[in-house]
Amino acid sequence: MSTQNRFDWLKAVQLGAIAGITGILISLVGMLQQFDSRDIIAGSLSMGWTMLFLTVIVASYFSAAHQPSKLLSIAASFVTGLVFGFVMCLLTYAVDTFDLRQTLVNASPALVKILTFEDGVPTGLVELVVTVTIAGVVGGVIYILPQRIRKAVSLGLTVMVFLGLMQQIIQVTLSNFPQVNSATAWMFGRGTQKGLSFNGAIVVFLVVTLSNLFWESNATKVNSQIQKMPENRQRSLRILGYGLLLLVVLYLPVLLGLYLTEVVNVTGLFILMGLGLNIVVGFAGLLDLGYVAFYAIGAYTVGVLTSVSGQLSTAFEWNFWWALPVCIFVCVMAGIVLGIPVLNMRGDYLAIVTLGFGEIIRILALSDFLKPHIGGSQGIVSIPPPDFFGVLLNKPQTLYYLIVAGCLLALFVSQRLRDSRLGRSWKAMREDEDVAQAMGINLVATKLLAFATGAAFSGLSGTILAIKLGTIYPHSFALLISINVLSLIIVGGMGSIPGVFIGGLLLAGLPELLREFSEYRLLIYGALLVVMMQVRPEGFWPEETHKREFHENEQVPTQEAA
Amino acid sequence: MASVLSAINVTKQFGGLTAVNTLNLEVAENSISSVIGPNGAGKTTFFNCVTGFYTPEHGEIKYKDNRIDGLRPDQVTQMGISRTYQNIRLFSNLTALENIMVGYDPHLKTGWLDAVLRTKRYHDDEKAAHEEALKLLRFVGLAGSGDLIARNLPYGAQRRLEIARALASKPGLLLLDEPTAGMNPNETGEMMHFIRDLRDSLGITILLIEHDMRLVMGISEQITVLDFGEKIAEGGPKEIQSNPRVIEAYLGRGAATEGMATTSGNKSG
Amino acid sequence: MQSLKRFSWTDVFMWVVGAALLTLIVVGSYLTLQQGKYTTVQWFDLAVFGLAQGSVYALIALGYTLVYGILRMINFAHSEIFMSGAYIGFFVATSMQRSGFLRENPVLGIVFIFLTAMTTSAILAILLERIAYRPLRGAPRLVPLITAIGASFFLQYTFRGLFGTQNRAYPEIDFIRGAIPLFGSFQIQKIQLIVIIAAALMMAALAFFVQYTKTGKAMRAVSEDKSVAALMGIDVDKIIVRTFVIGASLAGAAGVLYCFMFRIVTFYMGFIPGLKAFTAAVLGGIGNPPGAMLGGLFLGIFESLGPTLFLDGLGIPAPYQLKDVIAFTMLVMILIFRPTGILGERLSKTKA
Repeated sequence: MSTQNRFDWLKAVQLGAIAGITGILISLVGMLQQFDSRDIIAGSLSMGWTMLFLTVIVASYFSAAHQPSKLLSIAASFVTGLVFGFVMCLLTYAVDTFDLRQTLVNASPALVKILTFEDGVPTGLVELVVTVTIAGVVGGVIYILPQRIRKAVSLGLTVMVFLGLMQQIIQVTLSNFPQVNSATAWMFGRGTQKGLSFNGAIVVFLVVTLSNLFWESNATKVNSQIQKMPENRQRSLRILGYGLLLLVVLYLPVLLGLYLTEVVNVTGLFILMGLGLNIVVGFAGLLDLGYVAFYAIGAYTVGVLTSVSGQLSTAFEWNFWWALPVCIFVCVMAGIVLGIPVLNMRGDYLAIVTLGFGEIIRILALSDFLKPHIGGSQGIVSIPPPDFFGVLLNKPQTLYYLIVAGCLLALFVSQRLRDSRLGRSWKAMREDEDVAQAMGINLVATKLLAFATGAAFSGLSGTILAIKLGTIYPHSFALLISINVLSLIIVGGMGSIPGVFIGGLLLAGLPELLREFSEYRLLIYGALLVVMMQVRPEGFWPEETHKREFHENEQVPTQEAA
Repeated sequence: MASVLSAINVTKQFGGLTAVNTLNLEVAENSISSVIGPNGAGKTTFFNCVTGFYTPEHGEIKYKDNRIDGLRPDQVTQMGISRTYQNIRLFSNLTALENIMVGYDPHLKTGWLDAVLRTKRYHDDEKAAHEEALKLLRFVGLAGSGDLIARNLPYGAQRRLEIARALASKPGLLLLDEPTAGMNPNETGEMMHFIRDLRDSLGITILLIEHDMRLVMGISEQITVLDFGEKIAEGGPKEIQSNPRVIEAYLGRGAATEGMATTSGNKSG
Repeated sequence: MQSLKRFSWTDVFMWVVGAALLTLIVVGSYLTLQQGKYTTVQWFDLAVFGLAQGSVYALIALGYTLVYGILRMINFAHSEIFMSGAYIGFFVATSMQRSGFLRENPVLGIVFIFLTAMTTSAILAILLERIAYRPLRGAPRLVPLITAIGASFFLQYTFRGLFGTQNRAYPEIDFIRGAIPLFGSFQIQKIQLIVIIAAALMMAALAFFVQYTKTGKAMRAVSEDKSVAALMGIDVDKIIVRTFVIGASLAGAAGVLYCFMFRIVTFYMGFIPGLKAFTAAVLGGIGNPPGAMLGGLFLGIFESLGPTLFLDGLGIPAPYQLKDVIAFTMLVMILIFRPTGILGERLSKTKA
């Protein structure tokens, strides 16, 4: 085609415009302002601007990818950046000139200030265009770099941004170690400043980029070295690895301190739910949107059984450890009872009906009808913390162990179920329900087992939540929880157990750390789901397939010899 | 010989349409039998009635003297009937080996607790399923492809894998729905040998639906011809080839008088 | 005897639950009516209110049903399309109220509110289809569904970000306030009458459109069989977009009508009506437009009368809180006992 060698103006402008619209959205929904207060590099680069830069860099990267030669790629990225700058200029001008705040709450002078680097409209606009155009060219340059270097540079930038974001937490944690005080002071912003210091940012970027380059060129060597080791050496190496991991897991609350442990706990509860939903959605392919129902049922059961408030019609005032198995049992039964009606429903119908169940449970919890029994809108208070051999589980640091135990149990169970007949049946059902049934699989039992197991994990998570908070309100069990959990298993990779942990850290852990983020949590999740389904429907850590033919073939000859 | 499968006056209707009409059919033990007929003759509907996907409105279906009409598909499979599909329906994201192991499921007893605690029963079951799957892989000539994802296998291999999966339940009666659909003459020939070999070496009764006349005439001992849901002829390959009603159904009214010669070896689509 | 084998314990369980609910309804209704706490006028008011609410549900339900008919997917984000119409309607209405236009030319003003709301909703739906759904045609069923859920939340929280978290109240439009006396002490709220009439007009227009216009015929052809329709020279993509546009315009109009009745606009206002409208679509037989209308009206009345009628007599406090529970329970029961809905078009449950 003759157009092959020509400069693709249309694409470059189009991508610039798309990036511009994204930029306008980022500005007008308030993310730019909200994230402006958090610096990545103290005094020079805020999180808000990082988002704008990322937008233009990604757009100009793809714009560059559409061009026939390197030179034209750079030119295209320049054009894309320029168009983006122009669109942002229009926005800034419009916000500055007209008073739109009646309608668009974030179209404020503060926004103009951020976009013009506090220099006002005429001068600031020029700065704006120049800056984002440079960022656009950076995108083009990243594109024309050799792949190995590109990967290293991207990683370097990512780590830099991440460390900048986590500055407060890292500094607080490191303050326990006075030996490194001067180093942290040099690396990070001083006093009230957030983010990395300018020097720190450069050091982080260089160290990560260079070490990645070094590792990439030597990774195969190291791996083959390990491969060459005798079998028992390899195994002891692996055991050493697991041992270290276990040690870290056990010592984590001590290392992290109160606040971070609390974050880990919240993440853990989500992971626990995620492991359960992963069985239902990931393994068995049953899209359950009312998963929060079991979380609520677990929490309410433990609340009713152990609360000492005396406000409920029946005061059981049981010990937590007695109540726990009852709670799990109740959740399993709830899983079955709510599972039976949906046995014959597929896909979309299942999703909507389970969503309805979730809402029914929440509305019932909120209603005056059941108020005498479960507290209505006032919820249940005075749920005492459990006593574990004299240790009161009322602090994040102690609850942590309970949550870790719950997660490990769920991990253990789901892994073992996955590798059994039941796991195969679930996956077969996910692939083709009719054929699975024609292969002799009892769909009723198989589905109900999935629902029941999922419900048990979610219920366990709910009971821990109840004792963690000491009080429960119907509002804690909104649909959003279900969507959160669903998002995290989809982002991690449906059906993938490690994926649940990755998803949990990214989608439950990170937002806890970045408070500003919580406002936009669902906006970002929504966008993430849409993008993931188009770009990477299998998730970040896809479900692995089991290699069993050759793996176990090694045993076959010995059996034949015997 | 005793009959393994017998259908007595089976009728299946969809709304006003009668897909299968008072059909009587016997499949002799250890035989290879075929059901043929033009498109829409009710062949697949009949298969679906046998395997429990549909419940016939009238009549009964018996497998080894037990009524099976009205049972669920999984119950039918556990009685010993197994099937393949016209348009291959493998568990496409599972490995070939896993596909076969799913087929072996009716013979497994591992429960929820067994799986979590890895009891002896779990280990026995897994070992049995794994060995059976390896054996079947070898039997259908797919040894070495066991760890491949089913959808990545070539077409012919997918067909054979589907048969292996059906065999894993150790059926007494195997229903094959157009096993050579989409195959070239060479592959069709291989499939023909393979099907005969199945019967001879495993002693399984086979009932197949086929469009490929050469295959049908070549391996069937008993042929039933359906047209508009009704049985219009029955008998051995010779009888069927010379039956005027069959020719009429396949080629239209005019062809019936014109001659038989064209039908033998004619591939009807 | 044989056929009993198909009848498993789970079916028995569902029959028992169904029978129990039915008994509850009958006994509850009997007790309520016997106690005679409510007058005929009150029942009449509830019924009219239900009819008006049901008309709104029906309008939204049409969007679900039309898209389902063509793409066999539940457009989860449809509730946000509804919400967007209501929002834009609000801004237009407030600015016109401020300038006094709405007082001088109420009819023209209201028509303008509808037009802007419907246009916004339609544009949003086009973008949604183009960006989120079109690339996924032919993907496994869960993929577009998850996308739709994602899109729904994205839109909700984008609106929240753009327009703020606070509830906003539609301006009072004098023209549509007040009641029209009927006979005796019966009367009907003007706004409810307007909602019912407007919805009826739009549904009639839609019925005409689907039945007699070229696009309408093409829509029906595409919903029968996409590939055959394409062979017949129908531009399937174009028809799909038009279907989205029609569904979205109705939802946008429904958003304005809803706000004329309830007056409050929030970013999460779409969720519950959306779910109800979906229930209505299922109730009428999804994929079937007349069914969606009927289902909407039925659900509206059922929901309005239900809590009082069924639950009040049983001595349940504040039965109105449980109206959503009644609606969702009905959805489940329909899907179990009559999945084809009232006017049943067969659900595509492809078998072997």
